Amino acid sequence: MTSLKEFMDRPDRLAPGHRMCAGCGATIAARNVLKAVKPEDHVVVTNATGCMEVSTFMYPYTAWQDSYIHNAFENASATTSGVEAAYKLMKKKGKLKEDENFKFITFGGDGGTYDIGFQSLSGAMERNCDYTYVCYDNGAYMNTGIQRSSATPMYADTTTTPVGSKSNGKPQNRKDLTNILVEHDIPYAAQTTFFKNFSDLYKKSEKAIYTKGASFLNIMTPCPRGWRYNTPEIMDICELAVETCYWPMYEVENGVFRLTYEPKKKLPVEEFLVKQGRFKHLFKPENEHLIEEFQMEVDRRWENLLKRCR
Amino acid sequence: MAVDLNKLHLRAPWQDLTTGMMIHAGGTSVEFHTGEWTAVKPSIDQDKCKKCGRCHMVCPDSAIVVRVVDNARMEGPGCGKTALDRMYQVDTDHCKGCGICAYNCPFDAIEMEGM
Ligand SMILES: Cc1ncc(C[n+]2csc(CCOP(=O)(O)OP(=O)(O)O)c2C)c(N)n1
Ligand code: SF4
Ligand code: SF4
Ligand code: SF4
Ligand SMILES: [Mg+2]
Repeated sequence: MTSLKEFMDRPDRLAPGHRMCAGCGATIAARNVLKAVKPEDHVVVTNATGCMEVSTFMYPYTAWQDSYIHNAFENASATTSGVEAAYKLMKKKGKLKEDENFKFITFGGDGGTYDIGFQSLSGAMERNCDYTYVCYDNGAYMNTGIQRSSATPMYADTTTTPVGSKSNGKPQNRKDLTNILVEHDIPYAAQTTFFKNFSDLYKKSEKAIYTKGASFLNIMTPCPRGWRYNTPEIMDICELAVETCYWPMYEVENGVFRLTYEPKKKLPVEEFLVKQGRFKHLFKPENEHLIEEFQMEVDRRWENLLKRCR
Repeated sequence: MAVDLNKLHLRAPWQDLTTGMMIHAGGTSVEFHTGEWTAVKPSIDQDKCKKCGRCHMVCPDSAIVVRVVDNARMEGPGCGKTALDRMYQVDTDHCKGCGICAYNCPFDAIEMEGM
């Protein structure tokens, strides 16, 4: 087992100088996931379109220390499958050194994962391609100006579900993608975010990357622009998402569910919502019932998860 | 094949561009100084810093650099590779001044300062 200090001391595989907004959660995820790769191993990163892609790979500047391929939303996973198949063949034919190991990691935003890239993701998972798909879920199509996706939580104010006299934000519930990936019967799937000393994120990343076969990590990555919270408070937002059970921390290894953190006392979800401008309208006196509804959905999903973990 | 970044400026003729716009090097973004985006920067009080590493982990811009000093060969008490052998420093060329490190330091060792 790699210690927390070892993870921290590993050199960054994501260089500074990329153009993500100040305080963006997405690159906190990318940097720390990559710390789970053993320093002697190489990585091929594939990236679907989105903030992370447009900002980390601006010709001739790349923030990635490893090989990197940008492909379209629809085919990030298909691209990885192809590269991984080629790698296996090259290895078999002796074109790569015996001790030269490559890991395959795909990063995609929620738009690129829950919606547009879902078909190729599902296909690569079903074929049990030896890769890790990391979804950085910021709950909207941020790069094009905060449009709703199927990951956007109910009642969030986005530019395609704007709050006004006739609308309370997104009318539908969010898709539970981690669960859908679990149902693909892959060796490893997990959900995490930036929590306490990051050991949860490191451990899950290490497991995902070094599990043979397909693995999926869903990381909640707050976006200060789209969520409209005070930028420095990102860790507080994540903690509240976990402590309210809005974003449960769990993993599923070969079909066995395990909670990796269980709040001692589940907080009311409004403590998570109140910090974010995208939910401001919910705190008008006449909208109290909307928060109740939101709470009921969080409770329902949490109870379902608990049943599967016990 | 390495890329000559100096040749690949905005007005570079197409003949100088790499085939398929491939970048034959890693981490070339360090040449781009996002530190210019901000008027505030964190400053770490090394006396208060307890080397917990939180600031390094939470920085979205890989702009808190850890220097691990290997004291293993030195003699006397307190030697060996301990937490005290780390030094956390701000990379001011790239820090965007978001304030996440300062807000999250458990020991109040980071102050955001105007420049
Ligand atoms: C097929 C296709 N449709 C639309 C776009 C335009 N587009 C570029 S980035 C983006 C948003 C991506 O959202 P997400 O995957 O959630 O990543 P984020 O920007 O939030 O990081 C969109 C819609 C595109 N590049 N390709
Ligand atoms: S819009 Fe949001 S996700 Fe995109 S770079 Fe800015 S903070 Fe990050
Ligand atoms: S978070 Fe604070 S105490 Fe911890 S390493 Fe950074 S400056 Fe030092
Ligand atoms: S202010 Fe933000 S960008 Fe600068 S070092 Fe701190 S966390 Fe990193
Ligand atoms: Mg998104």
